[in-house]
Amino acid sequence: MIEVEHLTKYYGAVPAIQDVSLSVNKGEIVGFLGPNSAGKTTTMRILSGYMPPTAGTARVAGYDVMRDSLEVRRRIGYLPETVPLYPEMAVRSYLEYMGALRGVAKPAQAAERAMESCGLADRREMLIGKLSKGYRQRVGLAQAIIHDPEVLILDEPTIGLDPRQIIEVRNLIKGLAGSHTVILSTHILPEVSQVCQRVMIINKGRIVAEDTPERLTGRLRGAQQLHIQVARPAGDARTALEAVPGVLTVAETSPGCFEVESALDNDPRTKIAELIVGRGWGLLELRPVGMSLEEIFLTLTTEDAARAAEEDGPTISIDAAPGEGRRDR
Amino acid sequence: MRATWLIARRELASYFTSPIAYAVTAVFMVIVGYFFGMILYLSREATMRYLFYNVTTFLLLIGPALTMRLVAEERKSGTIELLLTAPVRDGEVIVGKFLAALLLWALMLALTLVYPLLLRAFGNPDPGPILSGYLGLLLAGGAVLSLGVVASTLTANQIVAALVAFGLSLMLWLADALQYVVSGPVGQFFAYLSLSVHFADLPKGVIDTKDVIFYLSIIVASLFVATRILEARRWKG
Repeated sequence: MIEVEHLTKYYGAVPAIQDVSLSVNKGEIVGFLGPNSAGKTTTMRILSGYMPPTAGTARVAGYDVMRDSLEVRRRIGYLPETVPLYPEMAVRSYLEYMGALRGVAKPAQAAERAMESCGLADRREMLIGKLSKGYRQRVGLAQAIIHDPEVLILDEPTIGLDPRQIIEVRNLIKGLAGSHTVILSTHILPEVSQVCQRVMIINKGRIVAEDTPERLTGRLRGAQQLHIQVARPAGDARTALEAVPGVLTVAETSPGCFEVESALDNDPRTKIAELIVGRGWGLLELRPVGMSLEEIFLTLTTEDAARAAEEDGPTISIDAAPGEGRRDR
Repeated sequence: MRATWLIARRELASYFTSPIAYAVTAVFMVIVGYFFGMILYLSREATMRYLFYNVTTFLLLIGPALTMRLVAEERKSGTIELLLTAPVRDGEVIVGKFLAALLLWALMLALTLVYPLLLRAFGNPDPGPILSGYLGLLLAGGAVLSLGVVASTLTANQIVAALVAFGLSLMLWLADALQYVVSGPVGQFFAYLSLSVHFADLPKGVIDTKDVIFYLSIIVASLFVATRILEARRWKG
């Protein structure tokens, strides 16, 4: 549904994205994950036909975003990073206007439906300028889905919402899967694992990883990690655990709590359990710990930075932390 | 076409939900009323001619106020991103915006129709020059407003847009003065470009196709340039 090949965009001499290639199948929900100023918004702006790339091609529903821009735009619903709203308009008339502009045959009914599914029914006659941030975000989402588009491009759709609204919006997006293709950007990691079937991690304008949230967590772990808690640890507990075949390292994080790293091909869990029960330490907990997306994200983005620094040679770089520096475009 | 009308309608509605339309119309009506009274008192003639020439001066000030927000505000608030990713051509956006401003100008002119009606009630004005004068104001207004649309596509700052629009229109309005500085065909060219020269005959009841075509060309050319600027600014993001 979306095919992107070697997409590059420069703002003047500054590269926003470099050689980005990706493809999204019909009905898929794909998450675009990255720190601020990584190039998420730029990629989405190109996909939505808002601006042309410097090099490379992007096709949506088989149409080139440059050559057949209007055909692409007919088929997408787009929620930009700054929610584009006219404060002087009422919710209903704004949605009717957007529906009509996108060529919906019956804008009034489409607006009604969109308000219903975004929980805006009780605010339909309110001026957008008087709405709270959460409601504005919903209006933005409603205008993106009003014409029932094949492809939805959502730039940080849950930003500014409270936890309950976030869950509602996530469910709404999940409900769109199958019939709609969705590409959404976020820097909230749990969001990706909850909503998306596939994740792309983008950093400094390049895609650094791409996989399902589960496989991404697995792939980065060369070893399995176990969390063990016992009630009455003996003094030699650590060394005893280290002696178990398959155990690579043991760290005691707090009295009775151990982080054990083990080889993937030699699962020591049964032997560890036998050892603890046999010594009478009182087994409270024994579970594998998955590397969280947060850790993966940090690993990937910092590894990348470290490698880049190595390549550049021993220069002193005052690199802005994610979230600072140049605004995400 | 459909999208153009949708955009024009929304824009027109937005004029009336903000104070702009009311403020500009009120100021315009007060000034026109004042001038109508003064001219009538001094000349004692049942004619709109002198008033029409004065109205063109207000047009130079009021036009930029009507057009400054058209594109600049959308750029500032980010709604431009919505408009440029909707299945609508850039030209349709520009023409829609221009139409909204022109309709508001036409409405303001319509409100001044009370003065020729007053003249008719108490005197015997010649209707021909009045009608051609209004046509002239509509055409000259269209030209000034289209220049304002160009200025509004250039920047996200409304004040800059207004100033550029004012500068452009004033320069074109007074372009004929250059014929006294530069003689020959160059001078004639500048005289031809003058918005005021082409207006001169209209309040006298003379509708010259050359003048009408001149104003229409200015409008078409400006809207074309505005469309290209909008397209070009996509590249900058």
